[in-house]
Amino acid sequence: MNLDSGDTAWILVATALVMLMTPGVGLFYGGMVRRKNAVSMISLSFIAFALVSIQWVLFGYTLSFGSDIAGFIGSMEYFGLEGVGMEANGTIPHLVFMIFQLTFAAVTLAILTSAIAERVRLSSFIIFGLLWTTMVYDPLAHWVWGGGWAASIGALDFAGGTVVHISSGFSALALALVIGKRAGFGEYSMEPHNIPMTLLGAALLWFGWFGFNGGSALAADGIAANALVVTNTAAAAGALSWLLAEWLRGKPSSLGMVSGAVAGLVAITPAAGFVDPLSSIVIGAVAGVICYKAMLFRVRKGLDESLDSWAVHGVGGVWGALATGIFASEAIGGYSGLIYGDVQQFIAQAIGAGAAVVYAFAVTFILAKVIDTTIGLRVTEEEEYIGLDVSQHGEKAYA
Amino acid sequence: MKKVEAIIRPERLDLVKESLEESGFISMTITEVKGRGEQKGISLQFRGRTMEVDVLPKVKIEIVVRDDAVDAVIEAITSAARTGKIGDGKIFVIPVERAIRIRTGEEGDQVIVK
Repeated sequence: MNLDSGDTAWILVATALVMLMTPGVGLFYGGMVRRKNAVSMISLSFIAFALVSIQWVLFGYTLSFGSDIAGFIGSMEYFGLEGVGMEANGTIPHLVFMIFQLTFAAVTLAILTSAIAERVRLSSFIIFGLLWTTMVYDPLAHWVWGGGWAASIGALDFAGGTVVHISSGFSALALALVIGKRAGFGEYSMEPHNIPMTLLGAALLWFGWFGFNGGSALAADGIAANALVVTNTAAAAGALSWLLAEWLRGKPSSLGMVSGAVAGLVAITPAAGFVDPLSSIVIGAVAGVICYKAMLFRVRKGLDESLDSWAVHGVGGVWGALATGIFASEAIGGYSGLIYGDVQQFIAQAIGAGAAVVYAFAVTFILAKVIDTTIGLRVTEEEEYIGLDVSQHGEKAYA
Repeated sequence: MKKVEAIIRPERLDLVKESLEESGFISMTITEVKGRGEQKGISLQFRGRTMEVDVLPKVKIEIVVRDDAVDAVIEAITSAARTGKIGDGKIFVIPVERAIRIRTGEEGDQVIVK
């Protein structure tokens, strides 16, 4: 195919939009931790972005998108971006496709820093992050998008509901179990230190998601337009439904409202190119409520998956994958879901999501255990007490 | 009248407040402060080099009570603020000459309730 300048321009812009989501995650999480860990929390996202940027160029891209080996992983054909140049891949330069995909890999690692908030040793995170993106993200991206087995059974994932959100959410759950609770968790309150910072992070996420889902059409076309509309609609529905669900029990918090927006965004991600705007209201609204319930469940269980990436991204991602199999409309993306009588699509979605849950949880659990028993994932008790800003970075967020 | 001034760990504030409330002491003033004891804060060992954190965040609770309530206040604070580790803080008891309620101009023991 020939290069299309409209498509190329849009994916270049979408890449920049998605890039902004990673610092957005940092600010979203940074406001939720205590003031002594604000610098650390935001930095973890930046470090995730930098780390994956290098890994992706060297071998992450080829593991994900190199020619298929046994349905499981990509070959080394694009090692060091060998053969990835300005020529067309579809209607955009291969380099543009590569960097657009890079921003997805990076934000995924940033999302799972939720599980290690306020207690991870920086050096261990760097080693863990590099291994995690290589052993968990890259295979999953290959299964779904790189011509692996999930694509061949027909599981749909438009923009990364499985690859990004199920993988980061369930990995966060495993990681939280291995690293353990923060000192004092459950004994005294650990309230968010700066809610406006979290709201700003959520704004950047909502904004960047237009590139995340709108760009995943890989073209400036009608599907991109549909993705953009359903993305915004689902985010709005999620924000309102979480707000209302929380209101029934007490005060509707702004933190809950933006968490609901993110839940809606997560759930519409796999579906954005396959469902119509009215379905996206249902998908977003249901996501807001079930992710809220998942968060309450997590708190009741006394589990310190600190910033709820499991509840929002993991649970929201599973719902989104299933919802794609329920609401997909042939008129939008050429596939039909349950409501149009296609059971097969729903089954493929359930298998794809289930496999991602198991793979992400199991591999992350083993990887985290190995790192924890060899170099240790956690800072010392004293370093945790002083806070990671001073102990890991020698800085303070607020003088 | 005495002012009881307690410097405690910030994360223990909720427990101390609860404990004081159970003993019937409701009114208090709370300030976020920084300080250090004889150990000069905490020094962290970091790949061979030492990093000093010479003042640590603490919370100061000020509570003014009648002389005969001082021991009960001290007991309520220590029982909730103690972890047994260095850095639990200190309590000071200071004489108070007068207490005035601004709204009414009343003066004396009735101003401080207990």
